[in-house]
Amino acid sequence: MSSGTILSGAEIVIKALRDQGVDTIFGYPGGAVLPIYDALFKQNQIKHILVRHEQAAVHAAEGYARSSGKVGVVLVTSGPGATNAVTGLVDALMDSIPIVCLTGQVPTHLIGNDAFQECDTTGITRPATKHNYLVKDVNNLARTLHEAFYVAKNGRPGPVVIDIPKDVQFADGVYRTPGESQPKSYRPQVKPDLNKVEEAVEMLANAKRPIFYVGGGVINAGPVASQLLTQLVRMTGYPCTTTLMGLGAYPAHDQQWLGMLGMHGTYEANLAMHGCDLMVCVGARFDDRVTGKISEFSPGSKKIHIDIDPSNINKNVRVDLPIVGDAAYVLEDMIRIWKARNKRADQAALKSWWDQITVWRSKDCLKYEKTEKVIKPQYALERLRAAIQGRDDVFISTEVGQHQMWAAQFLPFNKPNRWLTSGGLGTMGYGLPAAIGAQIANPGALCIDVAGEASIQMNIQEMSTALQYRLPVKVFILNNQWMGMVRQWQELLHGSRFSESYSEALPDFVKLADAFGGVGLRATKVSEVDDVIAEMIAIPRPVIVDMCVDQKENCFPMIPGGKAHNEMLLGPADKVSEATPEEGMVLV
Amino acid sequence: MTTQDTNIRRHTISVLVDNEPGVLARVIGLFSGRGYNIESLTVAEIDASDSLSRITVVTSGTPMIIEQIKVQLERLVPVHKVKDLTLEGPFIEREMALVKVVANGEKRVESLRIGDVFKARVVDATINSFVFEITGTADDLNRFIDLMQQLGEVDISRTGAAALSRGTSTL
Ligand SMILES: Cc1cc2nc3c(=O)[nH]c(=O)nc-3n(C[C@H](O)[C@H](O)[C@H](O)COP(=O)(O)OP(=O)(O)OC[C@H]3O[C@@H](n4cnc5c(N)ncnc54)[C@H](O)[C@@H]3O)c2cc1C
Ligand SMILES: Cc1ncc(C[n+]2csc(CCOP(=O)(O)OP(=O)(O)O)c2C)c(N)n1
Ligand SMILES: [Mg+2]
Repeated sequence: MSSGTILSGAEIVIKALRDQGVDTIFGYPGGAVLPIYDALFKQNQIKHILVRHEQAAVHAAEGYARSSGKVGVVLVTSGPGATNAVTGLVDALMDSIPIVCLTGQVPTHLIGNDAFQECDTTGITRPATKHNYLVKDVNNLARTLHEAFYVAKNGRPGPVVIDIPKDVQFADGVYRTPGESQPKSYRPQVKPDLNKVEEAVEMLANAKRPIFYVGGGVINAGPVASQLLTQLVRMTGYPCTTTLMGLGAYPAHDQQWLGMLGMHGTYEANLAMHGCDLMVCVGARFDDRVTGKISEFSPGSKKIHIDIDPSNINKNVRVDLPIVGDAAYVLEDMIRIWKARNKRADQAALKSWWDQITVWRSKDCLKYEKTEKVIKPQYALERLRAAIQGRDDVFISTEVGQHQMWAAQFLPFNKPNRWLTSGGLGTMGYGLPAAIGAQIANPGALCIDVAGEASIQMNIQEMSTALQYRLPVKVFILNNQWMGMVRQWQELLHGSRFSESYSEALPDFVKLADAFGGVGLRATKVSEVDDVIAEMIAIPRPVIVDMCVDQKENCFPMIPGGKAHNEMLLGPADKVSEATPEEGMVLV
Repeated sequence: MTTQDTNIRRHTISVLVDNEPGVLARVIGLFSGRGYNIESLTVAEIDASDSLSRITVVTSGTPMIIEQIKVQLERLVPVHKVKDLTLEGPFIEREMALVKVVANGEKRVESLRIGDVFKARVVDATINSFVFEITGTADDLNRFIDLMQQLGEVDISRTGAAALSRGTSTL
């Protein structure tokens, strides 16, 4: 079928998806998308995964996208289908995940009439997406679809909605191929200004206390960017820290990696950020969870910021040298120029910098009380870590809360695209559908959702999806019977008034797994942990593990809201110094 | 940005956009969603064959905020070009207002005299009122309206600023 062919709108949708290389979509039917479902029925090149809630369709598509590097595609109906998808869209917007979401709409002539299942989808999703479209003429449909893919994956990636009225799905129109449909305006800069890269290399070579601060943008730039980053970090011998979203961009087993930074980052990473004289930020956005108190953030450093999106530069923190471009291109140029100019780090300065870092490291900030009495959540994760050590095919997703932070701290991420978490929006309910998406993109891999007992209940219905498609995803619940992260803040900042943070009336997760047709396992004693983990991995079906952990454990280190990097709490013995100032309390 | 930068300045920004449904909502949503200030905003199609519109926004903020506003505008998909007229050399800014003044006797005559001084045109008249059409900078208009308010009851409709750079450069 060539360009210029006449097809129905619904057929145009399928054809355009095929031409964009799509083989899987996540969706849920309804009246306003029936023609597209009909066209799907008549073909077998695109596989449709039927989720149980539209929010989960978007999260599954996010998991699929992040674990494969492809664009995730979603199909939902008008009205409630579209509104249910909104949380997922904002999640993808915050975390730079490329998504194309097709929504059905009431027929054109009814738009604005409060028709059945009508909502102003483009109005509602305008601030929830990178861009959105309402297609009123079937002859614009193919071009719009192709443009949507272009916008979703170029520049800072993000979600794009295409709202398609039902009459447009039925109408006949001309098909256009991707090549004929370049957008007129949106042209993000990917190649950097070389003068700036040269300047960066000079700054790098002259630094005494340098650090690489690496974020999710390096993952967005593809696996080659992680390789280049690793090469540059090793060439220079400098320390490197990653954000929550950047985990896996630099191998976690490497000595030059200081761990994650930020609110629950390591002591060494945060103090190195505080004390550095040169910060090289690659694809990170100076989020408030990372900077802590802005006015005291890394006071003595020069800052280089490499980012594809100029609007993320000088937004929270003023930098000395901004470099706009794709991380892979910029890193490649940096390596080339570093080599061409025979640069070498100041070895004496570097040695004393590493000596200092070694002292910080020796605090062993992730240590926790080892006990036989109760399963510590950190212990459960350490055992999981041991069980997956050396495997290249493990994908970890998470829900949101303490378990998420512990997973970030204790699990090994040595390669990009294997860590799926909701960082920017912090969406409870993200992890299970994301694991499902990752499992679909990576059949045969081990996909584990590290969950909390509260979060998992937000999209637990997706167990049914896992069963339907025989996806052997694992839900590893660190069940502390509390909304632990909320309880922790109430304990530290609200005088231990535990308002509504107890997980009352919990379901029996083992029976629940059973009810869905999966397998439920439980560990209540330290001695059971290893067996349960081994069994979970061995069972080739969906599994829910109810890991009954210490109810009172808190997540450390922690920089309380409004504090600086050097005001970290390291363990239960540390108290929040003086009353946290008002400005800190209001932060989330 | 949270530095206590008090260096707030008024900027006139010219934005070339695709003339398509929703484009104005995107621009306004960006300003309200991110807490930027809009003093005035005007929009109209300027090129029918290419379907382009020009939006002129007058805003104010610290240099860092103004920079953010510009890069945020640039990343909107239907935006072709963003030009900060205030920074990029001399420019002309004009606004039009219709000002109705309800007044009698000496005050009515006075309003006519002031209208004359400001080169405002009378576009409607009754025994008890005038409607003036006045064009000028926002400051000119403010001064005119101030004076008129002292003479009687006033009703105002303003267009917001239209602006172009001086000299040969085009957007
Ligand atoms: C409970 C909880 C606790 C948290 N605690 C922490 C914490 O302790 N530490 C922490 O780090 N985070 C933490 N987060 C996450 C935090 O909220 C942010 O999501 C995260 O810090 C942002 O990561 P990032 O800076 O890597 O940016 P991302 O959100 O990954 O953004 C990527 C950046 O890279 C740019 N970019 C995109 N593509 C490219 C490309 N191709 N080339 C170059 N640049 C590109 C983008 O423009 C953007 O600036 C927490 C979240 C939750 C829910
Ligand atoms: C949808 C949503 N609602 C509320 C929150 C606020 N919140 C953050 S963590 C958390 C508690 C999570 O509890 P649980 O899943 O048991 O994880 P734990 O912290 O105990 O490991 C809550 C309510 C959120 N992040 N997302
Ligand atoms: Mg919990």
